[in-house]
Amino acid sequence: MITHSQAAKQFLKDQKKALWHDRALWYVRQKRDAQSKTIPEWEQLRQKASQIKAHTMQNLAHYLEMFEKNALENGITVHWAKDGDEHNKIVHQILTQNDAKKVVKSKSMLTEECGLNPYLEQRDIEVTDTDLGERIIQLRGETPSHIVLPAIHLKKEDVSDTFHTHLGSQKSNNDPHYLTQIAREHLRQKFLQADAAITGVNFAIAQSGTIVVCTNEGNADMGVSLAKVHIASMGIEKIIPRVKDLGVFTRLLARSATGQAITTYTSHFSGPRPKAQMHIVIVDNQRSSFLASEDYRQSLHCIRCGACMNTCPVYRRSGGHSYSYVIAGPIGSVLGAFRDPKEHSSLPFACTLCGSCSDVCPVKIDLDKQLYKERQDIVQKGYSVKKKRLFKVVAWVMRYPFLFDMLGKVSRFVIPKLPQSILYNSKNNWGKYRKMPTMPKESFKERYQKEKNVK
Amino acid sequence: MKIGLFIPCYMNELYPDVCFDTLKILESLGFDVTYPLSQTCCGQPMANSGCASDVASLAHRFVEIFKEYDYIVAPSASCVAMVREHYESFFKSDDRDFHKVRDSIFEITEFLHDIVKLNTLNLSFPFRVGVHNSCHGHRMLRLASSSELQIPHFSKIKNILNLIDDINLVQLQRDDECCGFGGTFSVTEPEISAAMGNARILDHLGANAEIITGVDMSCLMHMQGLIDKNNQPIKVMHIVQILAKGFA
Repeated sequence: MITHSQAAKQFLKDQKKALWHDRALWYVRQKRDAQSKTIPEWEQLRQKASQIKAHTMQNLAHYLEMFEKNALENGITVHWAKDGDEHNKIVHQILTQNDAKKVVKSKSMLTEECGLNPYLEQRDIEVTDTDLGERIIQLRGETPSHIVLPAIHLKKEDVSDTFHTHLGSQKSNNDPHYLTQIAREHLRQKFLQADAAITGVNFAIAQSGTIVVCTNEGNADMGVSLAKVHIASMGIEKIIPRVKDLGVFTRLLARSATGQAITTYTSHFSGPRPKAQMHIVIVDNQRSSFLASEDYRQSLHCIRCGACMNTCPVYRRSGGHSYSYVIAGPIGSVLGAFRDPKEHSSLPFACTLCGSCSDVCPVKIDLDKQLYKERQDIVQKGYSVKKKRLFKVVAWVMRYPFLFDMLGKVSRFVIPKLPQSILYNSKNNWGKYRKMPTMPKESFKERYQKEKNVK
Repeated sequence: MKIGLFIPCYMNELYPDVCFDTLKILESLGFDVTYPLSQTCCGQPMANSGCASDVASLAHRFVEIFKEYDYIVAPSASCVAMVREHYESFFKSDDRDFHKVRDSIFEITEFLHDIVKLNTLNLSFPFRVGVHNSCHGHRMLRLASSSELQIPHFSKIKNILNLIDDINLVQLQRDDECCGFGGTFSVTEPEISAAMGNARILDHLGANAEIITGVDMSCLMHMQGLIDKNNQPIKVMHIVQILAKGFA
């Protein structure tokens, strides 16, 4: 198992690219800052969004049933899946019943979480991701490194190479306009051939039984408008109670995500077109475990804007692929470590607890506090044995001032006398990139006792 | 007024001068300052490493040692934040000693700003200075408005430093980005930690700062280590090292 630290080291080897990655995402953060400043009531809006989410989670069963009832009245078929596997089976079954062999899919982190693409591909169904960034990484056989900007780890030269290999574009033509044109032509064919369209869901409105999908490329609309079957996958936490609550979230979402006032397309899907079908698959996949946990329930409030990634100084410098969970950055670390603390034990520690994520979050998830708690859980569960042993000893020493004083004295005496080769040995992770601090002869306490004549 | 001087464990060992500057400032303001000799560590390194369960006894020791003082003052935002934000889980909700300690503990700049309400300083410091907003002071103690929030801008640190007539506080590109110290993060993720620290130093150098100051010696120690390694023309100073010159 590769830890975050090891993966980050790998990412930082290409210093120029790492610097570019940091700056590109910081630019998005700055755009977000500028946009949020255009709303005088920004902080109240965050508060309101947080309250709506908290209320919805408190009454989730009620709102889910209301949503189902109203969606059914709208002619939508509603399916319930307890986990990713069940979700994939349901989607496959709908496709089989409609003899669908070619599927276009717009952005959905839930289908990533469930592993839908490989599941369908193993069953001879062609799935084409139609979000440009998603399509690029799909062609490369990669996973998204960011939930909103899935190909942010790539530069235009990488995209050019990928399109040349897979779509036959001109070699080394790195012109973004040209590359976009290639993608458009390629995807247009896929849209026209598609038997079914899969979308994610940004918001599901209980009161109206309708769903809202936000995109910038219009690819969800294009897919749904052309194919005869629309399948929308949503987690149970996507519910909001009323139509009038939607504006609170749409005002926050695009501003937080990309620094736009609103996404180019905010599409409401309220039922199937004539002679077409619309299905919604509502997925739990451990979300009810989050709901049951007082400590981590808030993470279900997430509207997947990615602002916590753009602001995270660790994420910006280590890249999304350094995180072992499907979602990267602060929210991904919280979700991953709760779902599988053993597998993702390094993620809550891939963080300096700087708290920027919590301040930037449009729905006020206390991400840094959750990461702090997850550290405790991981050590308690025994997935970080070294830390536990070391700090048990340190904590014990600190109970006895004379031991602490003695250890300090010995260190201050010994360390300055060590040869550089021993002091800066390969095990000294501090000394790899930094000089050691100068050791004073006396501690503050020793001098204080002398000068004040106290014992 | 009785003040208990809380000195973070690593500062006691590595930065006695900074500790004495803190003591000097408080004493010259006329406070009755005591450094309780039995203090060791607040437990923050263990708690942030996921070992909070081992910290309970240290938290109780801390409260026992400091409960008798009117105010507890420390030259570290991070350690004060540990007591204020994370100690609660170690005490019963009605523990009066804990509540007293939590409500009376202050980082030194915060203490000068909020309690002493310092408004003059007889001091010359004609240098270009960059302020490093250490994260726990910034987003836990709220010593300044964080750039993520849309609230009126304020900075207690800059308010205090601006009492010095000839100081020149520089404008940074990223006013409140983390330096990457992060306690054990600095050794468990050394590459990212160094990359973050170097980026901060370059920001200060780019603004022609001669000195990086801040309220947490840990961040400054990390950055000084990088500066020394790379031989850069800038140095770090804890805020009390600047301020103490203005106190007799």
